[in-house]
Amino acid sequence: MTTAARRLSREPRTAEVRNAGAELDVHKIRCDFPILRQRVRGRKLVYLDNAATSQKPQVVIDAIGRYYEQGNANIHRGVHFLSEHATEEYEGARRTVQSFLNAADASEIIFVRGATEGINLVAQTYARTKVHAGDEVLITAMEHHSNIVPWQILCEEKGARLRVAPISDSGELLLEEFERLLGPRTKIVAVTHVSNALGTINPVQRVIEMAHRGNIPVLVDGAQAVPHLKVDVQALDCDFYVFSGHKVYGPTGIGVLYGKSALLDAMPPYQGGGDMISSVTFEKTIYNKLPYKFEAGTPHVAGAISLGAGIEYVNGLGMDNIAAYEHELLAYATEAVSAIPGIRLIGTAKEKAGVLSFLVDSIHPHDIGTILDHEGIAVRTGHHCAQPVMQRFGIAATARASFALYNTREEVDALVEGLQRVREVFA
Amino acid sequence: MSDLRELYQEVILEHSKAPRNYRELATANHRAEGYNPLCGDHFTVYLDLEGDSIRDISFQGSGCAIAKASASMMTQSVKGKTRAEAERLFDQFRNLVTGESPANGNRAELGKLTVFSGVSEFPVRVKCATLAWHTLHAAMQGKQETVSTE
Repeated sequence: MTTAARRLSREPRTAEVRNAGAELDVHKIRCDFPILRQRVRGRKLVYLDNAATSQKPQVVIDAIGRYYEQGNANIHRGVHFLSEHATEEYEGARRTVQSFLNAADASEIIFVRGATEGINLVAQTYARTKVHAGDEVLITAMEHHSNIVPWQILCEEKGARLRVAPISDSGELLLEEFERLLGPRTKIVAVTHVSNALGTINPVQRVIEMAHRGNIPVLVDGAQAVPHLKVDVQALDCDFYVFSGHKVYGPTGIGVLYGKSALLDAMPPYQGGGDMISSVTFEKTIYNKLPYKFEAGTPHVAGAISLGAGIEYVNGLGMDNIAAYEHELLAYATEAVSAIPGIRLIGTAKEKAGVLSFLVDSIHPHDIGTILDHEGIAVRTGHHCAQPVMQRFGIAATARASFALYNTREEVDALVEGLQRVREVFA
Repeated sequence: MSDLRELYQEVILEHSKAPRNYRELATANHRAEGYNPLCGDHFTVYLDLEGDSIRDISFQGSGCAIAKASASMMTQSVKGKTRAEAERLFDQFRNLVTGESPANGNRAELGKLTVFSGVSEFPVRVKCATLAWHTLHAAMQGKQETVSTE
């Protein structure tokens, strides 16, 4: 932890710390993101939809361009210069991800399309061989559809049961209830690290400890966590961890599945094709070693390489600095938005990251979104692909502002002004 | 700001706050449900059809201001009309909110519904404005399944 971050965690309200965004020069950082210079509907763009996708720094955009301009070749097969170079860069990105997650070995990092594909991969390979009729899969009530539906598909096919651990009115996982739902029938636990609709940071370490007491493996959906928190898969001791590149300043179409090598080794392949084999005859195919066994076909080489560039960008700023800055910004936003009459926050967990979900009076979030958009402010409105979360709170939708390392207090102030405008229109 | 006021006209805001014919219809012999999966808006339209004409109509459900006001004003506009007249009005209304030039008839028939002309500047809100109309269409056809804007 940096000095500033340590200071922040002790005394978050001092004036000194208010400017201590400090170690992060956010105005300088903003210059790294060309899209932020844009005007939208005649206004300065205020981009607060980062939980949907983050914007990309120039280094990521350049990495994509450079690959296609100078480095394009297929990997793992050519003996020629470009192929060798592309392979090196692709495998270099894998090592970058490995150290980003602190995985024990680079072969535990599988490139996939995104968090969704990572979860489907585990459901259709590991879980498909372990889950039988009458068995159970345990998730939580705050999961994104991508961490519900793959398990539903599996349970339906196997005659297994999907169990759901409940959450409190503030949007926190009820750990005792969760523990009670763990049993001899539970074959896998899948839990989000940070909720995309509520912002809750789950106590995944404790969840994993509880599950491991019964030798139950745990998949953690880190899509909303990796942009905001330092993640150490070995310290967590999770069995699988997934995230999407585009939410952590990388391009779309690339993501990561981390799995413990013993589990990955024992799993059947997900898709068959080129690259995932070591030899093929019509009688028998011998699968390739990790991680290639799970990377059938030509992968998104440019995506992996530019995701690597995005992670290096984040590393350069320092994950602890980012977490401290964003924590302070979220606290500022929570206070400022709460002060608006008629505001109801959805998701008031003690530990939160990145997300402020809310309602204004009885105004429909869609109307809030349109009026804010008119002010150049991009927020997400709707159910956030988490309809069960909406049902839990008895609402159809929320408006959601979600933050990234380049957002500023001025932008929060613009959001507050925009919300006042919303109230005026509907007065 | 001007096109925002164009969208959220006073009449629309007023109908969204106090929707007309907002109830279950005891005499209904047709009903349909409409759903917009994008935002979760959900309406039920109740119809009392006598032969070919709409003797009574009501609706219930939840939605944004545009969707709710549109449903409210739709019930007022089609009450007493024949199915064919209601369908023609739907066509004209759709042309209005998508900004297409009226294909048949003119806007005069739309009457008060022309307050929705501002929607054409907000393409993502067209589904909100037409949800109740799609649902009415389904109810008149006697379809039982939920209609979706997707």
